[in-house]
Formats: sequence, structure tokens, C-alpha cells
Amino acid sequence: MSTANLTGQYYDLHEHEHPDGYSTTLGFWIYLMSDCLIFGMLFATYAVLGGNYAGGPGPKDLFDLNLVAINTSMLLFSSITYGFAMIAMQKGSKQGLIGWLILTLAFGLTFLGIELYEFHHLIEEGAGPQRSAFLSAFFTLVGTHGLHVTFGSIWLVTLLFQVGKHGLTAANQRRLSCLSLFWHFLDVVWIGVFTFVYLMGALR
Amino acid sequence: MIPQPAPVSPILGKLSLDALPLHEPIVVATFAVVALGGIGLFAALTYFRLWGYLWKEWFTSVDHKKIGIMYMILGLVMFLRGFADAIMIRSQQALGFGGSDGYLNSHHFDQVFTAHGVIMIFFVAMPFVTGLMNYVVPLQIGARDVSFPFLNNFSFWMTVGGAVLVMASLFIGEFARTGWLAYPPLSGLAYSPDVGVDYYIWSLQVAGVGTTLSGVNLIATIVKLRAPGMSLMKMPVFTWTALVTNILIVAVFPVLTVVLALLGLDRVFHTNFFTNDFGGSPMLYVNLIWIWGHPEVYILVLPIFGVFSEVVSTFCSKRLFGYSSMVYATCVIGILSYIVWLHHFFTMGSGASVNSFFGISTMVISIPTGAKLFNWLFTMYKGRIRYTLPMMWTVAFMLTFVIGGMTGVMMAVPAADFVLHNSVFLIAHFHNVIIGGVVWGVFAAINYWWPKAFGFKLNEFWGKVSFWMWVPGFWVAFTPLYMLGLMGVTRRMRVFDASFDPLRIYYWIALLGAFMIAAGIGAMLIQIGVSIWKREELKDESGDPWNGRTLEWATSSPPPEYNFAFTPKIHEIDAWADMKAKGVARPTEGFRDIYMPQGTWAGITLAGLATLCGFALIWQVWWLAIASFVGVVATAIAHTFNYNRTFYIKADHVAEVEAARTAQLAALEKGAA
Amino acid sequence: MPSPRPLLARLRALLILPAFALLCGCDMVVLNPAGDVARQQGDLVIVSTLLMLLIIVPVMALVVLFAWRYRESNQEATYAPDWDHSTSLELVIWSAPLLIIICLGAITWVSTHLLDPYRPLSRTAPGKPIAADVKPLEVQVVALDWKWLFIYPEQGIATVNEMAAPVGRPIRFRISASSVMNSFYIPALAGQIYAMPAMETPLNAVFDKTGVFQGFSANYSGHGFSSMRFKAHSTDQAGFDAWVAEAKKAGATLDRAEYLKLERPSEKEPVRRFAGVEAGLFDMVTNLCVEPGKMCMHQMMALDAQGGMGKAGLHNVRQLAYDKFGGRGTHAHAGKSFVGEICADKQDIAVRAAPKPGNPRPLTGAGMKQPAAEPTPTAPSVASETRPRPLS
Repeated sequence: MSTANLTGQYYDLHEHEHPDGYSTTLGFWIYLMSDCLIFGMLFATYAVLGGNYAGGPGPKDLFDLNLVAINTSMLLFSSITYGFAMIAMQKGSKQGLIGWLILTLAFGLTFLGIELYEFHHLIEEGAGPQRSAFLSAFFTLVGTHGLHVTFGSIWLVTLLFQVGKHGLTAANQRRLSCLSLFWHFLDVVWIGVFTFVYLMGALR
Repeated sequence: MIPQPAPVSPILGKLSLDALPLHEPIVVATFAVVALGGIGLFAALTYFRLWGYLWKEWFTSVDHKKIGIMYMILGLVMFLRGFADAIMIRSQQALGFGGSDGYLNSHHFDQVFTAHGVIMIFFVAMPFVTGLMNYVVPLQIGARDVSFPFLNNFSFWMTVGGAVLVMASLFIGEFARTGWLAYPPLSGLAYSPDVGVDYYIWSLQVAGVGTTLSGVNLIATIVKLRAPGMSLMKMPVFTWTALVTNILIVAVFPVLTVVLALLGLDRVFHTNFFTNDFGGSPMLYVNLIWIWGHPEVYILVLPIFGVFSEVVSTFCSKRLFGYSSMVYATCVIGILSYIVWLHHFFTMGSGASVNSFFGISTMVISIPTGAKLFNWLFTMYKGRIRYTLPMMWTVAFMLTFVIGGMTGVMMAVPAADFVLHNSVFLIAHFHNVIIGGVVWGVFAAINYWWPKAFGFKLNEFWGKVSFWMWVPGFWVAFTPLYMLGLMGVTRRMRVFDASFDPLRIYYWIALLGAFMIAAGIGAMLIQIGVSIWKREELKDESGDPWNGRTLEWATSSPPPEYNFAFTPKIHEIDAWADMKAKGVARPTEGFRDIYMPQGTWAGITLAGLATLCGFALIWQVWWLAIASFVGVVATAIAHTFNYNRTFYIKADHVAEVEAARTAQLAALEKGAA
Repeated sequence: MPSPRPLLARLRALLILPAFALLCGCDMVVLNPAGDVARQQGDLVIVSTLLMLLIIVPVMALVVLFAWRYRESNQEATYAPDWDHSTSLELVIWSAPLLIIICLGAITWVSTHLLDPYRPLSRTAPGKPIAADVKPLEVQVVALDWKWLFIYPEQGIATVNEMAAPVGRPIRFRISASSVMNSFYIPALAGQIYAMPAMETPLNAVFDKTGVFQGFSANYSGHGFSSMRFKAHSTDQAGFDAWVAEAKKAGATLDRAEYLKLERPSEKEPVRRFAGVEAGLFDMVTNLCVEPGKMCMHQMMALDAQGGMGKAGLHNVRQLAYDKFGGRGTHAHAGKSFVGEICADKQDIAVRAAPKPGNPRPLTGAGMKQPAAEPTPTAPSVASETRPRPLS
């Protein structure tokens, strides 16, 4: 075999660049899994400390399940509307995408508003995170989720601007898919919070 | 109502002139030296007009090779600080006998041993290991850079940010006085009301973000950017260990982030996670932090196992024995490292069955580790061993590490651990594995890959001086501690009452050992200095000074910005050895444009703001914390508006560089013939 | 752990000898202790070392041999650059460590259960089982900032920074702490165990030699940690009685007020003795309710187990605040009545402290034999039943 042949065999002489964002989806998934561990640890902390009311109120005394049900539906709706936004994106409809995204944002902000109202109400009653280990763990778990939703919303607004300015470029589509993953991930986490903290709390 | 802690100023938070440790002459003198050195460096850089160069070519660079080198420099600088702490601990313990108070009061000494541990693990070992992976992995897999080059730059500067906060604690305020893992309730607000623990929390949080993201980055790189033909089971062993290590990083650093965040909430917002009262559980902290802490040990040591694998096979001029068993052993260690954390606190009073489970799972880890050792051993068997510095460190490692492993397994027997836990025997054990494993492995790696990074070898003579100071020095320093441990002496003692008088000699021997190690470090610095001075004599133009076996040796030293003009195709485990054996010629024509990431200011800016935010949170300067955090978010958003993050290296330029390389190789061949 | 004593003793001598020869002949107390439990633990250290040396010595020898034999300059040695696999060798290198770990694992399982600090002792020395009627000496230990408090409920005395026990009588320590985590360790007697606030950890041990031994905290606990040391006297019964009598002569009584004074941070505290101790003091310490007006942890936990006290309980914060705000040692404000206060009456504490018959802790290890002669158990108080075992 000639050396030239060998060179061709051992070097990629006609290589194609990896496209932009070639590893982004994988990288974002890995990041999400590490974030998932953050929630996992907070859930574990809640599992350990969740029964330590320190002679104070427990979940049954504090949580208003109706409010939480509304709140949950807000987040679930926002996930659905985000799904529609992605469908619009795939169809190449910039207007549709922006419309659905704004609706998603509205649901997200409503969710945050209700959560802030709940927190405010609890703290005003004296059931702040300082009162017992249960409340510390509750506020931290739910608050961390809320913070994620907040940053998701900021991200969403940023993307609205970027889509508005540059249109549905490959880069923007990639970013929208990442936010989609993030948004649905937060939804899944919330279902955990809803079941584990609120529903099981009501049963306790 | 409840007594509240002293109010903080809205402008300066807890910060006041009292925060400057003017009453500590040692710290003041250190500050003077650091300040003078800093001013000198600043002046020199300004005089030689290097700021622009540094900013453009290094600070904002996204080149994995430059970032890798910067990690190594960070590790080296922090190593000197951490070692200064070590000398202070050893000399205080040698002096604090017979009624003497030594020369460090408890306020100072307790900070010193805490800082020593924190710095050595987070800001020495971690940067060294991350730096090596950053430099070597893309080259070994035939990639042009990592998957997310900007993120790589950002991760590095976050690590620097954490280190800056630790160093700041030396001169503004104080560091934690809790031991390196800051167990509550001692680290809680009630017993550590000052800012020491806050420095601890925020320096690790800032650095931890960097570490996690660099883990994400390297996993994606290894999974996605391998050269064609390089299946998982054809990856170099170092890359394999890097992959497992980064999976460990991504899977455990979030735990550290959470546990430190909860401790921070306890301290700032008076929550009750780890308090004694109101239903908190300090034991939860101990569990959580060790769920991170034990895998962390393997995060440090696994890449080093990879280094030794590369070194052994290169310098024995022989294929690595048992490649697949090496890979499986690495994976098994990675998995098992999650289910052993409780062995760090058998003495907390878990039941016998729980203790047995964790004890036995700990011992089981020694099986794959033992298999690795055997693999290196049988790689040497029927080899042709060249005793250059990397190989010397490797043999020293093999002989030292087995002892460390043995004492580790001893303490994995819970009932035996009851008598050895927290003793200086434990100190000797983990220094035995961390120095004898990680540190020496890093030295082997530096000596091994230096010519690749800079195009000249390191001076052998001073390297050998360093080696012969370090290795006996280590044993002189730590054998007495093993013995003291068996005499029931516990760790973190500052002064020793009269009953200890007969033991003083051991501490003096240990101090002697520490001075020998200091000489070893000095020799290493001289080695680097001499090598740079005489770089022409030590020059290596071949790009393959050790007759290497993996892809990083297939390119020039230092490699061009794009690493490989054409991506190699892989057919064998030792790809480069295979290419050499077959006599594959370098492609010399048909170059194309190469698509590369562009440098960016965003990483260093974001990390700078995040560090400032950390500083503000430590001192509870709320306006600054909020402002700098908003700054972080705003910068991040602004950065996302930059869509042009790549550029093309023109084919002409590539052709030029490659032609020079061809000429260089031809001249070399002519010289040899 | 049952082990062939004479052989072990010789082996131990073998291991220690070089050390003795090398240095001033210091006392390796961990390997040569004065208590049956510590001796078995020391033996374990030696047994596990020897087991591992079985593989480590050959490995080190081979490293040196190969490193020498296959050096580059030795051109006579075989060179096989492509030899990289051997199934039989692989089998050996995985199975040899595995076999050793199986042995060591078996030893670990057995010894961990037999030497579990929770487990009542079954013997005071090899071949000397404990008779059924022997009641262990109960010693309650509190790690304070930075000194040790020992309470002897049977003798009704308390001491600071000094303890004593008659040789050959089983001791049952109940260990707690007032502020931060410490570790209670008398190397000559038995392995250590953490002393944690609001927790109780037990330790069963026995001296089998007389003498004066060192005890200390083995877990860093802050400023005064280095001097947090005490002497442990192992004496004959007469000596112990004399020691108790000396404490009785001291006159002072350790009541709640005196305890609150004592627990304030201090270092290098001289030995102190108290002729009497307020009943139930140790239980109050572990329940963080020595200070009058505080709700005891076990009461709080009992309330929590029933679902807490609802919103009515939101404001009974002062009763629960122990050290979170650094406010420990402050007095409860009289005149302010909170819901929680009803539960914190002193009578209740006295009731809890009264001995009641009960079962000793069952052995948790599957298939492990109970000690042949079960000593009459010291009554676990109600408090220790509601208290959780340390989390693991």
C-alpha cells in the first residue's frame, strides 16, 4: 500500500466541520441533570426535615390546596403553550411562535405571582423559613423552583427580543429548544413538589 | 423578642477597619510581601507593555491549551500558599510543647489548618487536574477545542474567583476556623458569628460553578468530538479517566452547592437546616457534604491514574497491559465512590449493620484499584523502562500508594476506625494517598506533557533533586504521624500539655520532613526556571520527545492553535504508535479553512462580577451584592446577543504553518541521518 | 472478635518492636490498651494490616523487581512490546484482592456487630463472661465548651475533667454535648464516639488494667479544643470508692443553675467535683431544656409526631430557642405565657428520669448471637425512646 493511501486512511482529508451547536443539546441535557440533582438534594433535605415542625404548624395547617391547584395548572398550561410555540417554530411561523411565547410568559408570571402571594401570606402569619426546619426546607425547595422559573422567564424575554431581531435562525431555534427543555424540566420538578410537598403534606 | 445579631451598616455591611488584621504581625508581614510582589509584577507588566498581550492572548482566550496552562499556573501559585500553611501547622505543632503556646494563637492556627485543607483540595488539586484534562483531552481525541470554548474560559475564571476570595480572607477579615468541611453547629452562626465561614461558603460556591460547568463541557467534548474511528474502547486511558471524573463532577458538585447554600441560608436568613434547635439536623450536613466529599477524592485521583497509565506505557515502550480491565476498573471505582460516604463518620453512631455496609463497600473499591496497580505492574513486565522523571514519579507512586491504600482499608473496618478516626494516623493516610497519588501524579504529568506545551523539556538534574527531596521527605514527614496516631494523638491540636512531652521528637521529625518537601518544591521551581533559561538546549522539535503512543504526540510542540490540520482517523488504541509503526506520512497539501471559536471578554467579566457578588454577600453589603448580581445577569444576556463567536483560520495560513512544520521535521530527520 | 491471642500478641510485638527500637519506646496505646474493647479494636488493626500485607508485600517486591529487571540498559531481559493481555493473569489480579476483601469483609461484619458501641458487653476479658447480675456502671458524659462533665447517677456525684471506674466492671457511657460536635475518646479504654448536642450516643466498655489514662475530644470543636482533656482512672473497687468519697466531700451540688454556669465557654478547666447532681440533669441536657422555661426536645418531637401545634404554635419561639441566636444562657422572660410552656414542667422531667424496666436495645445484626449473659439493662428513659437514633 502506498503512503499516500495510508495518509488518506489515517487522516480525514475531506472532513466536514461539526455544525455550530453540535454538542449543545447534549451539553444542556447534562447541565439539566446536574440541576436535577440540586432539586434531588433539596427534596432529600425536605424528606429528612419535613416532619420537624418544632412545635409549630405543619403542612395541613398552612397549605391552601385550592390555591396550589390553580398555581399548578398555571405552570402546566405554560408547558402546553410552550409546546405550541415549538410547533409554530417548526412550521416557521415567527408570529405564532412569539404569540405562544408571550402566552407562556404570562402563565409563568402568574405562577410566580401566586407563589409570591403564598410566601407573603405565610411569612406574614409568622410561618417564615426561620420558624422550623420544616418551613426552612419548604421555602428553600419551593423558592429554588421559583427562582428557576424567574430565570426561565428572563431567558424567555431575551429570546423574544432575539427572535424579533434576528428571526428564526438556527442559533435561535437551538436556544428555543434549550429553553423548552428547561421549561418542561421545571414543570416535571413542580409535579414532584406538588405531589411530595403539598398533596402528601395534606395527607400527613 | 429574640436577640438579633448586631445590625449591619447599609453602606459597608459588616465591613469596617477592624476587618484588617493589623494586630497579627505574621499576616501584616505577609501582606507587605504580597503587596510588594504584586506592585513589582504590575510594574513589570506595564513596563514591558504586556497587559494587552495578556488580555488578548490569554485572559480572553478560549483555546483549551491556554486555559489548561492557566489552570496549572493557578494550581502552582495556590500550592505555594497551601504549603506555607502546611509549614505553619508543622512548626506550630513542633513548638507548642511543654507549656509553650507556640507562635500561633488559636484564632490564627485554626484558620491556618482550615485554609490548608480548603486550598489544597479546591484550589491546588482541582485546578491541576482540571488543567491537565483541559490541555490533554482534546489533543488525545483529535479535537480542535472543547465543545463549549466560552464556557471553558468562564469556568476557569470562576475558579480563579474562588481563589481570589480565599486569598482576600487573609487580609480582609478572616477565614473559617472550622476545619475544611465546616461541620455545623460549629460553622453555624451561633458558634462562628464572624465572616470566616462566609468566605468559605462563597469561595467554594463561586469556584464550584466553574468546576461543574467545566465538567459538563468535558463530558460533551469527549462524547461528541472524538476523531473518526475512536470508539469508546479505543480512547486513551487518560481520556477514559477524564470522562469518568467529569461524570463524577457533574453528579456530585451540585450536592456541594446545595449543602453550602443551605449552610449559607442558616447563617444569613436564620433558617434551621443545621441548627441544634427548631428541628435542624447537623448530622444531615455531615451526610450531605460527604456525599460530595468522597466522590471528590476520586475526582482527584482518577485522572491521575490515567496519567500513570499513559506514562507507564510510554516509558516502558509497550502497550498498556489489560486496557479493558483498566477501563472497567475506572468505571467501577466511579460508581462505588457514591456508596461509601458514611465511612468518614462511622463514629457518629449509626448502627452496626449500616457501618458494616459502608465499611465493606469501601473495601470493595480497593479491588479495582488493586487491579489497576497490577496492570501498571504487568505493563512494566517485559518492557524497556526508560527512567526519565515521569517514570521515576510513577515508580515512587506505586510504592507509596499501596501503603496509603493499606492504611485506608484498615480504617474502613469500622471497629478499627473507632480507634483511628480523627487521629493523626488519618492525616498520614490521606496525605499518603493525596501526595503519593495526586501530587506526584501531577508532577509526573507536568514533566511528561511540558515539552508538548512549550516545545522544550524540563531540566532533568533539578527534577531529580526535587524528586529525591520529595519522596524521602514525604516519608520523613508522615511516618511519625502514623506512629503518633497509634499512640492515640488526635488531629488539629495546637498545644500539647505535659503528658505529650515524650512525643515531641516525632513532631520535630515531621517538621524536618516538611522542610525536605520545601526543598523539593524549591528545586522544582528552580527546575522550571532553569529550563526556561536554557530552553534552546532542551528544545524538542520532533513533537514526540518520549516516543509517545497517543495522538497528542502526533502534532507539533507546542501544537498550532487548531491542533490538527487534518483530523486523524483512528484504527487502534494507541493511535499514534500505530501510525508510527505503519509509517503514515503527514498530509502536506490540500489544506482547508479551519473553523475556530473566537476569544471573548465575557468569561472574565462574568466571573469578576460573580466574585464581587460573593465578596458583597460575605460582608452583607446588600446593595453591592444586588448590583453585581444584576451585572452578572445583564452581562450574560448581553453576551447572548453576540452571534459571531467563530472565525475561519484561512487555508493559506494553515498551509504556511504546516509547511514550516514539514521543513522542521525534514531538518530533524536529516540531522538524525 | 475471637482471635488466637498468643499468636496475635507475638505478631503485635513483631510489629511494634522496630518502632520501639527506633524511637524512645513510646506507648502505642492504640495497639496496647487497657480495656477489652480497645484491645479487640487494636487487634483488628493488626489483623487487617497483616491480611493486606499478604498482597502488598508481593506487589511492592514485584514493583522493585520489574523496575530493576526491565530497565532499558538491561538488554538481556525479554522485551515484548505488544504483549498486553493474559486472561489467567487478569483472573489472578482481580481475584487475589477479591479473596482478601472477602476475608476482611467477613471480619468486618462480625467485628462491627460485636464491637458496636450500642451493644452491651458480653465479657470483660477473653474467657471472662459477665455474670447476669452485674450491673454496668452508668456514666453520663457531656462535652461542654471546652471541658468534660461526668455524671455518676448511681453514686450521685459529678466531676469535671476527670473520670474513674473500677477495673473489670462494665461501664455504660451515655454521651451528649452542649453546643458543638465533639468526640469522646479514651484510647486505652475503647474507640471513640461522637458527642453531639441534642443527641445521645452510648458506649459500652471496660477497663482490664488499672492505671491513669488520657481522655480527650477527638473532634475539633473550636478555640479551646487542644486543652479539652481529662484523666481516666482505672482503679480497684476500693480506689473507686475512695474517689467517690472524695467527690462527696466536695459539698457542692450540680443543679440546673450550676450547670448553666458551668457550660459557659472556658478552657483548661481544673478538675472539679460535685457531691450531688439534680435528678434528670443529663436528660435535660440532651433535650436542650436545662434552662428553665425551655421546651424539651422530646416533648417538641412528640408534638411534631402528632402533626405539630398548628398556627397556635407559631409564636412559642422563645421556648425552643436554644443557641440559634447565640442567646443561650439567657433567662426566659417571666410573665409571658406561651402555649409551649404548659408542656415544659419540671415534674415531667423527674418522671422521665425515674428508672423503669425495659428491653435493652435489640441487636440489629442479622444472625448475630446475643451476649450469653444479658446484664440487667439500665432503664431507657422515655426520652431516649422518643429520641431518634442518629441519622446515617
